[in-house]
Amino acid sequence: MDFSYSDEQQMLQDSVQKFVYSQYEFDTRRKIIKSEQGYSTEYWSLFAELGWLTVPFKEEDGGFGGSAVDLMVVMEEFGKGMVIEPFLATAVISGGLISELGNAEQKQTMLAAIMDGSLQLATAYAEADSRYNLASVGSSAQKQGDTYVINGSKVLVLNGPCADKLLVVARTSGDKFDRSGLSVFVVDAKADGVSSLAYTAVDGHRAAEVHFNNVVVSAQDLLGEEGNALIALETVVDRAALAVSAEAVGAMDCLLKKTVEYAKTRKQFGVAIGTFQALQHRMSEMFIECQLARSIVIMAAMKLDTDASSAEKAKAVAAAKARVGRAMRKVGQESVQLHGGIAVTDELDVGHYFKRVTTIENLFGNTDYQLARFASL
Amino acid sequence: MNADFTAEELKFQKEVQDFLKAEFPQDIKHKVDNGIRLEKDDFVRWQKILNKRGWVAPNWPEEYGGTGWTPTQKYIFAMEMGLYGAMEPVAFGVKMVAPVIYSYGNEEQKKRFLPDILESNVWWCQGYSEPNAGSDLASLKTTAVREGDHYVVNGTKTWTTLGQYADWIFCLVRTDSTAKKQEGISFLLIDMKTPGIKVSPIYLLDDEPEVNEVHFDNVRVPVENLIGEENQGWTYAKVLLTHERTNIAQVPNSKLKLRKLRDLAARTSDGFGGSLLNNPVFARKLAEVEIQVLALEYAELRTLAAVSVGKAPGPESSILKVVGTEATQFIDELYMEVAAYHSLAHVPAQFTEGFDGERVGQGSLANSANVYFNNRKKSIYGGSNEIQKNIISKAVLGL
Repeated sequence: MDFSYSDEQQMLQDSVQKFVYSQYEFDTRRKIIKSEQGYSTEYWSLFAELGWLTVPFKEEDGGFGGSAVDLMVVMEEFGKGMVIEPFLATAVISGGLISELGNAEQKQTMLAAIMDGSLQLATAYAEADSRYNLASVGSSAQKQGDTYVINGSKVLVLNGPCADKLLVVARTSGDKFDRSGLSVFVVDAKADGVSSLAYTAVDGHRAAEVHFNNVVVSAQDLLGEEGNALIALETVVDRAALAVSAEAVGAMDCLLKKTVEYAKTRKQFGVAIGTFQALQHRMSEMFIECQLARSIVIMAAMKLDTDASSAEKAKAVAAAKARVGRAMRKVGQESVQLHGGIAVTDELDVGHYFKRVTTIENLFGNTDYQLARFASL
Repeated sequence: MNADFTAEELKFQKEVQDFLKAEFPQDIKHKVDNGIRLEKDDFVRWQKILNKRGWVAPNWPEEYGGTGWTPTQKYIFAMEMGLYGAMEPVAFGVKMVAPVIYSYGNEEQKKRFLPDILESNVWWCQGYSEPNAGSDLASLKTTAVREGDHYVVNGTKTWTTLGQYADWIFCLVRTDSTAKKQEGISFLLIDMKTPGIKVSPIYLLDDEPEVNEVHFDNVRVPVENLIGEENQGWTYAKVLLTHERTNIAQVPNSKLKLRKLRDLAARTSDGFGGSLLNNPVFARKLAEVEIQVLALEYAELRTLAAVSVGKAPGPESSILKVVGTEATQFIDELYMEVAAYHSLAHVPAQFTEGFDGERVGQGSLANSANVYFNNRKKSIYGGSNEIQKNIISKAVLGL
């Protein structure tokens, strides 16, 4: 048994850590969020240059290897800096779908463009009332001769406002909750009939609600087989759930560290508040949560890198997301409470970590959803 | 034992309900029901309506404008207001500074300040906490040095809620730096227009400038603005804090929120063709908090009953603060869980009056993450919940 990183993984961690530490200060991040684009194109190019955008992809697709542990390494460090660049939306989710479903030509053109930093993507799958059920899709794609006509509305399209192309999950057959009949299409973000409402989310990331009104795409824009996209979508969303869980591990480590530091320096009643045993125990509990979260994320990442059955993999991710969800709620709330008033202000980074982990709780299956899923698998 | 209302009390309840239906302005109700941000004018307008009826300050002695109600009537009034969504009068004047003025101020101060508080002509704010005096409030460092017939005030106050609206601020200031820390503090009223005062906004997690820092740079305050005796301010402030803790349990507000939550959950899809309300995990969490609020309501009623037979609200009121704030915070979590990813958009503009763009998310639920973030303040302010537990350990349990 060996939980240490390989040399490559260690180098990857060092390189992301160094970037976050030296080039992603809280004020820099704030400026990036307020910029028109909502992310730094300069940093995006740097990510490409340093090879980070290849991490989610297999060697045969020209990537770094595509292991879940590699992804975990990168995401944890991103979590420490609350990195806002759309790595998850473009590379992990959209890139993941292309890698799972795309034909040779689609992979060759789009994956290469993701990895060299020239293509921004967003995946439009969630709908207003679908909640976390990936099979619940009301949007339709009607086959007409050599084309498909897409109609419907999508919500929470992460990176939607910056995407050049959208990967749209639509129903080519069946009823709303059917597991079969889902297909994925590559749609130009500026295509006729696509309209979107862009917004900034509470954690500073950009997203959009996107409407498709008789959007015509050609049969070549179908990603994978018609009607058979659900398994791939589930695999990719689970990978995203694992990725944000790893990000949360990094963010929670920062919250714990900052809270402990604050407790050592903040004086009330003539002493540092960290000398109060009632507060010491609460920080010890935060530490326990951080350790359990880290442990279960490692478990799930390692499971994804085995040839276990897809049900076993799904169960591992459900366990990780549910357990990390519980940890995030507790560590987030306690960090704010132990800091007191200063942490409910916009000026301190603690509140922003709290907002990011809260957002993560609500993405890719919240805690209750993943608990129920774990129980059912 | 008996928790029933008498016939007169039921009649009074009906009277309050009728009044609210007839007099609470429709446009303000629309805002409250839809989570649209309230403006200063909304509070002022509503308080003037309440004052016309004589119902602004149920807790004041009748001679200064109180209602003379029994504790049960006060409870009924607070409950009906909360269930209807009508705002309580802004606390800083009515519940915070006024009790100190009528308890310890002189006749001239009472005449000068109390009528304008009732009529909401003057907006008050609180100058207690400082950057280095939070839970340890008595360590405050803002000084007031007597120079002839003025005090010269220097220092910084923080967490001053809605200080941007305020005409006056009531402050705890240090008038004797040599005494024990609680004994050198005085209670001073300061006109916000006095030269040397600077208000800087502090943005909270929902990006709203709800609180402020207030800086005092050689601010000259007439000595007649001192309440009671010099160096007795801490004693007065403690009295004020017990008034602040009335209604702190926020039972009516929680009940209203729970009622709406149940309704929203019934209309929210679980993603599999059913409703979230029928999801056993969610239903259980909702039941747990409903039960907690019920227990809290009876804890509050028992406190009220004790007050009605002449006992002062004791340190037990700390229970109401801890449980009340935790219950409302948990309700906020459930709102966010109902909203799920619909809670994540940060579009404050759509929660301001007159917004006519396309809306992101689903109705008022779209603001639920921001509400959750913002209300983390509740377990921190008014004496943090940790301080309340210290009070229980020391003053109740004798530890």
